This record gives sequence, C-alpha cells and structure tokens, in this order.
Amino acid sequence: MSGESLVGRTALEHLDALAKGELSARELVQAYLERIERFDGHVQAFLLVDADGAVKKAAEVDERRARGEPLGPLAGVPVAVKDVLCTEGQRTTCASRILENFIPPYDATVVRKLKEADAVLIGKTNMDEFAMGSSTENSAFQVTRNPWDLTRAPGGSSGGSAAAVAACFAPLAIGSDTGGSIRQPAALCGVVGLKPTYGRVSRYGLVAFASSLDQIGPFAFDVRDTALLLKVIAGHDPLDSTSVARSVPDYLACVEEPLEGLKVGVVREWLSEGVDPEVATAVRDAVAVYEKLGADVCDISLPHSKYGIPAYYIVAPAEASSNLARYDGVHYGYRAARYEDMIDMYCRTRAEGFGAEVKRRIMLGTYALSAGYYDAYYLKALKVRRVIREDFDRAFEQVDVIIGPTSPTPAFRLGERLADPLSMYLSDIYTVTANLAGIAGISLPCGFTQDGLPIGLQILAPPFEEERLLRAARMYERETEWHRRRADLQQAVAAVSKAG
Amino acid sequence: MATSTEATPYTIVIGLEVHVQLLTETKLFCGCRNRFGDPPNTNVCPICLGMPGVLPVMNQKAFQLALRAAVALNCQIARFTKWDRKNYYYPDLPKNYQISQYDLPFSHDGYLEIPTADGGTKRVGIIRVHLEEDAGKLLHAERGGKSQVDLNRAGTPLLEIVTKPDMNSPAEARTFLEELRLLLRYLEVSDCNMQEGSLRCDANINLHVQHNGQTVATPIVEVKNMNSFKAVEAAMAYEARRQYEEWLRTGAKLGEVPKETRGWDENRAVTVSQRRKEEASDYRYFPEPDLVPVVVSEQMLQEVRSQIGEFPAQRRLRLAAEYGIPEYDARVIVELGKAFADYFEQFARGLENPKNASNWMLQDVQRTLNAKGWTIEQFPVRPEKLADLVSRIERREINTHAAREVFAEMIESGRDPGAIIAERGLTMVSDEQQLKAIVDQVLDENPKVLEDFKKKKGKKRKQVAGFVRGLIMRQTKGRADAALVERLVNEALVARTGVPLE
Ligand SMILES: [Zn+2]
Repeated sequence: MSGESLVGRTALEHLDALAKGELSARELVQAYLERIERFDGHVQAFLLVDADGAVKKAAEVDERRARGEPLGPLAGVPVAVKDVLCTEGQRTTCASRILENFIPPYDATVVRKLKEADAVLIGKTNMDEFAMGSSTENSAFQVTRNPWDLTRAPGGSSGGSAAAVAACFAPLAIGSDTGGSIRQPAALCGVVGLKPTYGRVSRYGLVAFASSLDQIGPFAFDVRDTALLLKVIAGHDPLDSTSVARSVPDYLACVEEPLEGLKVGVVREWLSEGVDPEVATAVRDAVAVYEKLGADVCDISLPHSKYGIPAYYIVAPAEASSNLARYDGVHYGYRAARYEDMIDMYCRTRAEGFGAEVKRRIMLGTYALSAGYYDAYYLKALKVRRVIREDFDRAFEQVDVIIGPTSPTPAFRLGERLADPLSMYLSDIYTVTANLAGIAGISLPCGFTQDGLPIGLQILAPPFEEERLLRAARMYERETEWHRRRADLQQAVAAVSKAG
Repeated sequence: MATSTEATPYTIVIGLEVHVQLLTETKLFCGCRNRFGDPPNTNVCPICLGMPGVLPVMNQKAFQLALRAAVALNCQIARFTKWDRKNYYYPDLPKNYQISQYDLPFSHDGYLEIPTADGGTKRVGIIRVHLEEDAGKLLHAERGGKSQVDLNRAGTPLLEIVTKPDMNSPAEARTFLEELRLLLRYLEVSDCNMQEGSLRCDANINLHVQHNGQTVATPIVEVKNMNSFKAVEAAMAYEARRQYEEWLRTGAKLGEVPKETRGWDENRAVTVSQRRKEEASDYRYFPEPDLVPVVVSEQMLQEVRSQIGEFPAQRRLRLAAEYGIPEYDARVIVELGKAFADYFEQFARGLENPKNASNWMLQDVQRTLNAKGWTIEQFPVRPEKLADLVSRIERREINTHAAREVFAEMIESGRDPGAIIAERGLTMVSDEQQLKAIVDQVLDENPKVLEDFKKKKGKKRKQVAGFVRGLIMRQTKGRADAALVERLVNEALVARTGVPLE
C-alpha cells in the first residue's frame, strides 16, 4: 500500500489493517510523517512534530505485536495533540511567547492515557494563544490554514488539531473546548469534534484558560473513531477534583445501535437571524434525515441562549485573568531581559510575553472581578449560566437531543475578523451555551457550501449522555457521505499559488 | 503624666487575627511533605510550584484538623463550604493567587473562654475560622544581591482565626494567645510555635476614650511583626499609650483617617508606621473553579467531636474536682498537654491521695523530663509502676527519701519498685519501741546536744531537734518514719532537759 493511499483512512481501518498484519505501525507513521513533511508547510497545523518519538513508539508497538504481547486500544495509531496539553519532557507552549521554551516535567492525564493506549503521539498542534480565539490566528508563532481553502481560517482555538485531521496528518487529534474550541473548528474543517460533559475527561495537565468551562475532547473523521478516542480519554481522575466518578461506557460498542423513538429538538432561535443561508439549509436537510429515520422532530426554544456570549465573555476572562497570573517570569517561562525592579519585571515580562487577545481578556476579566463591579458582572454572569442550564434542563424534558448549526458561517477568510474582536466572538454563538451549561456536544459534517466549504451540524445531549450523543450522530452519519470527503491539498496548494 | 497605677481615661479594644499551621503530614493541595527546616525548595512539586495545567486536590486530613479546631473553638460549622481565590502578585505565591475561603468559611461565630485576672473567666468571640494555603518565603539577599524564593512552605495548610474585638488589655490579648495555644497543642492541631512561624498574629487595636462624658473611638491601627506572646503584650501596651497621646494631640477619631498599619520594632520597643490604606486591597475574590465545594456531614462532625473528647478547659475543672488537687496544679497539668494529663490520671487512680500524684508529676517527673529533654511519652516509668511506688509512701512502707532513691533506679533500670526496695532494704522503720530505743541511744551518746537545747531559744532550739532527727535518720539509713521520729525526738528532748520545745 502506498503512503498516500494510507492517509485519510480512519483509525479503526488502520487498527484493522495493523491487527491483520497488512501493515506495520512504522509504515503507518512514516506515511503520515511524509504527508506532514509534504504539506504542513502550507497548512501549518503543527508547532512541533516529534518524528523520532513517533517512529520509536511505532517500532515498539510493532515489536510488542510481534511478540504477541497485549496492546492498547490505539496501538500504532498516530494522534495529534493540541499544544495546550502538557507532555513530559516535550515543549508545551500554548502558542504563547511566555511559554515558548517551557518543558513540563509531567504528562497531562489525557496524554498519559493516550500513551497507555499505545497511541503514537505525532506532534503538538497550533492553537490560539492560551486557547483564546476562534480562528487560530492568535497563535504567537504561525497561522494555520484551512485544508479546504488555504486562504481561510480553520476555526479555533483548536484549529491546528482540526486542520491536522482534515489535512490527513493524523486520523485522530485532541483539542480543548472552552466556548466551542473543538466543535467550531471541526465544523469549519469538515471533521467530527466532540466536547464531553464537564467532568467527563480529566483536566489535569490541560493548561487552564477558563477552568469551569474547559473540557478536552476528540477530533476524528467520523463518529465511530470519535467514540473510540473518547473511550480512551474519559474517566475519573484523582488528580482532578472536578472530574466525575462515573463509569465510562464502551461508546464504540453501542455506537451503531440506532435510538428507538428518538426525539430531536431543533432550536428555533438558531435557525432564524444571523445564520448563513447555506448553513441553515444544510441543517434543515439534516433535520429531514432524522425525520426520514422516524425520529420525532419538534421545535424547541432556548430563550436565554442569546445571553450566552455576554455571560461567557465575563466568566471565561474572569477565570483566565486569575489562571494566567502565574506567568510572571519568576519561576519558569519567559522573563523580560531588562527590568528595573520586581514590578517592572512583572510588567515587561507580561507585556512582551502575551499577545493582544490574551491581554484584552486578562483586562476584561480583571475588571469584571474588581470590587464594585463583581456583582454587576461576574455574579450576574453566574446567574445567566444558571438560567441557560435551566433552559437546557427544560428542553431535555421534551427531547433526547438538540440539533442546530455549529457555527453561523462556514470558514471565514484569514484576517477577516481579526480587527473586530466582537465579530470573532460571535463565531461561538451556538457553542458557548453548552460550556456554560456543562453539557455534551458534538459537531459533525452535514454538507458543503457552493464554494466547497464544509458545514457542521451540532448535536447536544444532557450531561453524561455522550453515548446517546454518539448514537444519534451515527444514525445521521450512516445516512450520509459527508464524512467520507477529504480535502484535496494538492489542489488547494495549486489554487493558492495560482491566486498568488 | 499618668503613672501606671492610675486608672486610664480610656478602654483598650483589641481584636486578633491569628494564623496557625496545621500538623499534617502533607500540604493542603498536593502530596509534598509539610515540614519546617528542610533545605530550600526540596518539598515541592508541580502543583505547589503553580506550574501550568496542574490542579489542586484537597487534603482530607487537613480539613479534619481544621474542623477539630473550629469545633473546639465552639464555632458554628458550615454544612456547605467552598474555596475561593484571593488574587495578588508576590514572588512567594507561585500562582499569584492564594486558595482561601471568602464568603462561605467552613466555620464562624465561636468563642474561647479565657481566665481573667480576678479569677473569673471571659469569652472572647471568634468571628470566623477558615482554611487556606500558606505562601512560600522570600529570602532577601544582602544589599545589591538578588532575592531568592523558598517554596517549601508554599501550599502548606494554614488556619486563619479572626476574633471579635473583645480583649480589653494587653494582658488579655496575651492570655487569649496562651489559651489558644494550649487548646491547639492539646488537640494536636498545631504546635503553635511563634518563633518558627507556625503561629502568627496580627492585632487590631484602638481606644474608647472617655471625653466630656462621651465615649470617643480612636482610629483602628493594625499592628504586625510581633514574634512572641511577650511582644504582642508589649506592642499592645505601647500602642495604647501612643494612641492616647496622639488623641490628646490631634483629637482624630475613628473613620476620620485611613486605616494605618504599624510594625512592632522589637529592639526599639516601638511601633512604626508602615502604610495607610486609602481603601481595602482589591483581591478580586471569586470561587475556585478547580475544587469542588466541601459538604460536611453529621457523621464527619461526630467523628471530629469524638476525636476531641474533653476540652482542656473542661478537663482542668474536672481534674481539680475529681482528684481534689489545687486548681493551679490542674491548670499546669493540662497545659503540659493531653498525654501529660492522661499520665497524671492513670497515676492518680492508683493512689489513696491524688494530691501526691500531682506533687510527684509537677516535681520529680517534670524535673526528670526537663533534665533529659523527654516528652511524657518518652518517660520510661509507666504510671501504674509509679503509682505502685508512691502508694507505698501512702501505706507508710517507705518514706519519701527512700522513694526518691527507688524512683531514680526505676528510671535507670525500669525495674519494679518492690524489687528495688527489697534488694536495698529500704522498708520503713516505723516500730515505735525500736525507734525510741534508737533515740535514747543517740541522746546518750551526744550529751552536748542536750546542753545546746537548753541554752538556745526559739528557732535555734528547734534546729537542735532537727539535728537530732538527722542523726536518727543516719542511724536508720534514712528508712525511719520521719513523722514518728519527729514526735519521739521532741518528747525525749523535752523530757530530758525540762525545757519546752519553743
Ligand atoms: Zn507540592
């Protein structure tokens, strides 16, 4: 099998071929490394490619397989990891100057679980600095491009991970989702991305942006691979007090089972104003697929979801202002070269080390938590969080899952929204509510625009109902072919050079 | 100028904010050792270093100890308590926020009873007790050099106890601290060592001045840098005088000037102004999202109450009442700790007269512990054995002199008192006929004694009797019944000389 015919397949297809001895883990990782070598100069999904480590791990898997030793559920499968998860002995930057040379002496729990599952960690992916952004343009180091159109953004903040899967640099990737940072780039890059329930996956070793909203989740080409990866990373962790002690179902084992008498709620507010007509059409078509499958479809309302963005932009920056206080040049990370005294060292280090969006959010959050403003902003935002959760609780009394668009638009042009933070913030208008409510959500491909840009369908389920979420998503996926399409990078590169 | 004995025209009002380090094996939110005195930065890990992505996990033992302290301070225990972040930048605080408790502390509204000068007691109100993590230490270099940070202490559990302004004299402030230390040491919550920093205390103090028939409050001053209980007392006394003089000079009242912080200068014995706060610092408190709230169940509380058992103040009263020992003795025994008091009780139960137990504990036993540097747990003689020895004095089997000899050997060899007494022939001589014969013999052999007795008067004459008793004791190798010897000697001297004893 040639390298180019290997990449673009799913992790389960790879696992099958590896198990049958049709190829080795080394051959597989080599194929992906070649693909990265050939195209990542154009896509720029990776901040770090660990070719040596990946080949070494693949060789180890091959040897152990040859000796007949038991292997983990991801044995030999390359996985790309967002550079917000700590990897022991390997640079973890959060795409920030302030952590440019930071090497953690510990693995994030999710990274440890991937290693224990015998995954091949192929590299660390680009992101918006400290996961703050919706286009990955806030990276201090490079601009990641959307594999479907290199002039467009991959979405963000996990744009590097979404683009890595869409560009066939790895069949699986890990991202983090604070306000939509997995689902939105998944939609814009035409892959599947899942944000688990808050507490389903350990946050230990995930560099915190907004601790009460952050969740780690999987990217993949389809729902079955997503189920496979979620199973590996989910579960209670004694190192994370907010992770929940509930058993993890075998998501993959049941994903093919359709849900009998499924009740689907379509959010009225999300298909009226502000949504791109092509996106609205694709979502309505998806609704029709569920109806055809015999699901009971009804309109529902989430009346307070319109307050999601304002509440999110209080809560998340407030927590971020505190979480990012530790980057001060004293103990580790970047320190300004010249300074007068301690205060000056703090100021210069942070002024030089952080990018504009991070500074903006630190200021927003500091302001929101200040005496005299706390009640009007932070406390009010917490109340909004509560009513948004109550909206969902009420909705889930009527329906099993909620569906709607993931993002109001398909992939936008690079630079298009950079000058106007508010327009960028609105990219997450349909996704933030799931974080504020702590529920589970998934985005999966549901069509393409006339320009060939992917469109994402968002499905939401109640807390800890990832199994229901995956089964409902798979019901739709089985009826469609969108998840089989792959971006043609050769053509995308040619298109750019022609235009240039 | 008023002298110290004159009544002052003001009342002193003092409230304390006390921080005590908990005696846990490990830190509050990570597994690092909680220990004083190790080389810098050896008890650290990514969590207490505040590295990216790590998360705190609450130490259950620390929470239990904190609960024990709060229950002992008669506090209301919150059934639901949460953690908050206190945000401020300082190099000894790696995360630049401290995990603390803000609006829902785990306990509030308690009191500690302290003894007053007139022999009564007084309740000092406790506003709140909460748990938080400690910061590290900055090691300031000599001039020109760079400062260094030791993070061994960062993240160790710290209890903050805030009192009501219920103390009305420097002595009361000191007594409160002494009672608090007794309580927390007795309960093994903290070793409360001010020199090592395991107990730290700041004070808020002002005066209520009587002026033209009205009470005027002076501005509240916060006093810091007090490194001993004595320093607290001295600083409060100094500060009260200083505030009164300032009031006489300026007439400034509470609320008219910004709150001032002053530091106690131990060498010059004065307080020195550090800063005036225009407004309260803005710590931007908000709920700690990395920790879940703690729910305190009835079962947890029951467990803590059963661990506490009896409070030291109660025990003091009970010891005095139950064993009939002086209140002073009971107080000292309890102050020496739970184990010391436990030893006393086991010892006293084996005696006819428990007062003998407190005498032995506070004299012979205490003297030995001090000399050897032992704790009562390290003392090699078990209380039953000591009771065996002292009960022989009570039964007049041996006298105190001989008992001390046996006691010394018991400490050395750990042997039973009975065996030592038999081996050394220390059984008391208390046969009256036998002793009378010895008295007569001694007086026959020392006629000069009778001359002296006749010639000397008062105290000197009694000293002669004492000299004779000494001769008898020497004759009996210290085994004679001292009370009996005294009577027999007195009788014989009076009979032979014809002069009275005094
Ligand atoms: Zn530690």
